[in-house]
Parts: sequence; structure tokens; C-alpha cells
Amino acid sequence: MISPQELKTIAEIPKEEYVLKCTSACAGCSDSLAIRYVLKAAGSDTVLVVPACCTSVIQGTYPNTAFNIPVYNIAFGAAAACASGMSNAFRAAGKKTNIIVYAGDGGTLDIGIQAMSGAFERGTDFLYICYDNEAYGNTGMQRSGATPMGARTTTTPTGKIDAKKDIDAIIAAHNPPYMATAAAAYPQDLFKKVQKALTFRGPSFIHVLAPCPPGWRFSTEKTVEMGKLAVKSGMWILYEREFGKLSINPQSKAAMKRPIPLEEYLAPQGRFKGIDPKALETLKQHLAKNIKKLSAEEAEE
Amino acid sequence: MKKIATGNKAVAEAVKQVQPAVVAAYPITPQTEIVEQIAEFVSTGELKSRYIPVESEHSAMAACIGASITGIRTFTATSSHGLLYMHEMTNWAAGARLPIVMANVNRSIGPGWNIWAEHTDAMQERDTGWLQVYVSTVQEAYDATLMAFRIAEHNDVLLPVMVNLDGFSLSHIMQPLDTIEIGDFIPPMYLPHAIDPKNPAGYGGLTGPDQHFKFRWDIERSMRDSVKIIDETEKDFAGRFGRKYGFTEDYQCDDADVVVVSMGTLGKEAEVAIDLLRKEGVRAGSMRLRWFRPFPKLNLKGKEVVVIDRDYSFGFGGVLAKSIQAQHKMNVFSVIAGLGGQEVTYDDIADFIRKRRIGEEFWFGVNDHV
Repeated sequence: MISPQELKTIAEIPKEEYVLKCTSACAGCSDSLAIRYVLKAAGSDTVLVVPACCTSVIQGTYPNTAFNIPVYNIAFGAAAACASGMSNAFRAAGKKTNIIVYAGDGGTLDIGIQAMSGAFERGTDFLYICYDNEAYGNTGMQRSGATPMGARTTTTPTGKIDAKKDIDAIIAAHNPPYMATAAAAYPQDLFKKVQKALTFRGPSFIHVLAPCPPGWRFSTEKTVEMGKLAVKSGMWILYEREFGKLSINPQSKAAMKRPIPLEEYLAPQGRFKGIDPKALETLKQHLAKNIKKLSAEEAEE
Repeated sequence: MKKIATGNKAVAEAVKQVQPAVVAAYPITPQTEIVEQIAEFVSTGELKSRYIPVESEHSAMAACIGASITGIRTFTATSSHGLLYMHEMTNWAAGARLPIVMANVNRSIGPGWNIWAEHTDAMQERDTGWLQVYVSTVQEAYDATLMAFRIAEHNDVLLPVMVNLDGFSLSHIMQPLDTIEIGDFIPPMYLPHAIDPKNPAGYGGLTGPDQHFKFRWDIERSMRDSVKIIDETEKDFAGRFGRKYGFTEDYQCDDADVVVVSMGTLGKEAEVAIDLLRKEGVRAGSMRLRWFRPFPKLNLKGKEVVVIDRDYSFGFGGVLAKSIQAQHKMNVFSVIAGLGGQEVTYDDIADFIRKRRIGEEFWFGVNDHV
């Protein structure tokens, strides 16, 4: 494994593939893009624990699997608890195997939050990655706690009226040694953060924005572009917290100073088509408030 | 070593003897004493397990699943609502073919809150693929817990085992306990499908109808095979340690005209009732069912049968009575008694037998008379 600091260009990312060809992912899927880099960063001595989510599906159907590392699939609300048992068992046997939970936003913010909170509170030695496509994608885009205000889903046909749950603040309240945000659109950054997270003992968390073409209703070639627009608009801020100390990525620092208009991020997405002007205004207020809050936190340190 | 212990302590003593690598558990009355005792053993170093103090029973079973799939021994304990809360995960444990051992202290289910003995909690787990044994004494709680590990881990079984003991009437009563050194009675655990990064595989992913169907049959095949393994294990246990167990504990059944069938502590109460009836000249016997899954073939030919259910399946009947009726195509006198910890004495049981009405169902303490 190369150390996170050494990686200068994307060409240095290892050539080994742990997500093989023939996944059953949708075209333009950023879940499969993200997991490809997560596993390149983690290497072969890794076990993935996956609750019900899109990743349960993209592995393919028994007896085939597109993943070249062990994947333990578990019920929707149980990933973090299952991983905490696995982590304890491997550590008891003196093994350093990376235990990575790779869960969607529903399995993290909603049904899995209790098990996750417990595992973090108990100091479980694992990495929890939430790839966030802001809805229940696997079941056909129903709202989740991660769906942003104003977004239309199959269960919020006129747009979600509630705000997105701030899972990062909830995780931060558990004081993990390491937590970060990332985006599938920035694979080099994701790679570095996964490697860094795995150097810490105890629980670490990475929240990955994963734009979903069929769910968000944009065309499949725009997956990376959507992630970049999210960052440039300040809707998604790339940062990491090491023992509570916040460092914001340079890309996001620039975006926080001069964000592109939010409409540039929302317009290509069918889910925001005809968004209620009041919801749009509230989204903008939330965005500005979040930028202010994170800027203040970083300035404090 | 001879000592005095509660049913809960006996279970913890057995766990200490077996030394599972991981214990994950959550407290619930009347099981709490088991996890407290285990935590105590871990803190003193007598038990070299990793103890995971999970935040729920759902997570307790999920953590046992995650630990067990690495090929190590795991244990948990629960009761009542805790068992129901982990129901999704109990199914997963059996489907994933993991030899997890769990003690369940049988307790009724709310509302209203009632913490006393009833078997309905475990009965609701009967179709999950778990083996279930019901015990009646402190010694049996200890012995059954030891044997549960060997049976679960046998490669012809590889299914989880639940050891059931009645809340309070066994979990909290003190009886003599003879603890043993098990030596090589339980071989080291070998899980053929243990997860291993050197041999990557997918577990529990998408499975089509044909394959899923085969996996279900495979569970049933192992459940059937477990009959032989249970028998072998109990015989070996008797040979080494001198205490005999079987699928049932029969008391004066051979020449009996009428047999009362029950499970758990009521089965011991029933033996006293049989002594009373025998003095009256009634040729009665008691059959205490120990293994409920796999459900054994019972030797009831030519007998009148009274079944005591400490459980109920609403809209259907007492689960044990209905199971026996279905298996033996016979009518029984079905007594529903002891729900929510209702006191049932040997006199009451003797009365059930004396005043039996074969073909009928009777709710003790609710219907006005037998």
C-alpha cells in the first residue's frame, strides 16, 4: 500500500481491480465508480460489509460476483453491528484485515443509524463509508433522510418538504478519530481519504456524494460533472476532520468563497424541475449557513 | 466442581467453559444475570472473550453473525422482546449457516409488561432454522449449553442453537450445579465457509429462485441430520460425564394409560403430579419434550395424551398440542397454562390429568372448571 501523502497524480493509483467487469450497475453509476477507488485504496486484505442497497445488486447474482474481495451482505439495519462483530473477531485472531462498511444513505441515515451510532460509540475498529445518492435508489428512488429539500422522489412527488439530515454532525458528535466527506467525482481525493482513514485505530467515517443518473434524472455521461457542480456550488463541501480538527479541501475552499449559482447544479437534474421557489430559497439559505459554519469552524482552529 | 447456582449463572458457567471468542449481548429481564456474569468473567480474565456491549438485540445477533462468519465461536443471550427484536437476524444466522449459540430465558410478550415465564417468545422463532432445546433444571441448563456448541458446530448441522430456560422459575432459582472440565468434548470449531480475504467470495448476495430453493432445502436437510448428531452428542456426554439426556425425558411412561406432555420447568412439576396419581392408582406418565426443533417422533402410541402449552398461537391453538395432533393424527386434551408466569402446581397438573376431556381445549384459570 502506498502512503496517502505520496500520491501525486491519478496515474499512481494501483492498477489492481477489485470491482471487475460485468457488474449489474446502471450506466453512469457513481456507486460503482466510488467503490472501485475505495477498494483500490484499501487493497486485498479487506472485507466489505454491505447492507441492503444498490451495492447488494451490483455484485451480480449468485453464484457469480463482480467483486474480487470478500463481501458480506447483511440486512438493512445491521451493517455496522455486523462489522463490529467481524472487527472484534479478526482483531481477537490478531488479524489486521480492513473492515469496511459500504452502505447507502438509507442504510446509514435512516434504518442503520442506531447500529452505526452504537458501533461508533463502542470505538469499533472499522471504516464506515456512506455513499449518498440522496434516496432509496435500489427500490426505485423513494425519499430518505438524505434527500434534499425540494427534490422529487417517488414518495415526494411534489418535492421533499423536509431538509436533508445532517449525518456528518451526528457522526462528529461521536468524536471519531477520522471523518471526511468525498465525492465519486474526485477519485484521487477519495482514494487518499480511504487510505488515511484506514491508518486510524477505531471508527472512521467517509460520506461520499454519489450522483445517480436515473434517480436524479440527468443523463448518464454527466455523473462526474454533477459531482463537480455539487462541490462548485457549495452544496457538497469536501473536508476531513482528524481528531476533531477540520481541514477543508482546496477545491471547496475556493467554491465557498465564490460559489457558482446553485441553479447551475440543480438545473440539469430532473428531480428539481419546477422546484417550489420557497424550497429553493431555503436550500440556498441552508447552503450559505453551512458554508459559514464550516468556515468559522476552520478559522477557529 | 459442586456448587449452588441459578439457571442464569449455570449458563454463564457453561459459556466460560466453552470460551467463545466473541460474546455480544444486550440486557433484558430475566436474562440480564447471564450477561452480567459473562462480563464479570471477562473482566477477571476467566473468560477470554471479546465482549461487545451492543446497543440492541438486533445488533447483538448481527455482531454474532459478523464474528461467526470469520470462523470463531460466538454466544449471546436474550429473552422475550429482545428475541423478537432480533427476529430478522435470527433468520439471517440460520440462513447464513452459522453455529451461534444463544440462551433464551423464556418470558411473555407485552403488552402489558409481564416479565414472567412463557414459551411464546421462542415459539415465534420456530420456523427460523434454529435448533431449540428446553431445559428444566439448573444442571440441565449448564449441560445443554455445553452440548449446544458441539451440536451447532458439527459440520453436518451448522445451524444455530437456542437453549431455552424458563424466566424466574429456572433463571432465578438456585439448585445444585456440578461443573465439569469438558476436555476435548467439543472439538475446535471449523467453519468451511469462513470469510477469508485470501479466498474472496460473496456471501448472501442476490440469489435466484432455483438457488434459493436449494438453500432452503439444505437447511431442512441439516435439521434432519441434526437428529443423529444430537443423539450422538448426548450419548457421548452421558458416557463421559454420567448425565443422560434425550429428545424427551420420560417419567413412568412405559405402562401409562395417560401421558402428560409439557416443556421446561412444568415438566418437572408434572413428575410430582405423576407420583400423586400413581398413589391413587392412576397409571399416568410424564413426557417432557426437550428438543422442540428438530421436532422428535414421540412414542405415544396407545396412550391418552394431555398436552400443557405455556404458549398460544391465536386463532389456532396451543403450539405443542397442535404439533402432536398433527404428527400423531390423534386427539389430545390441550391445556393452556402458565402464561405470563401463572402459577401451575403439581396438584393442578394432576387435576388436568384426572379431569381430562380428550379433544377439547382448556384455559387454566380462565375457563371455570376442568
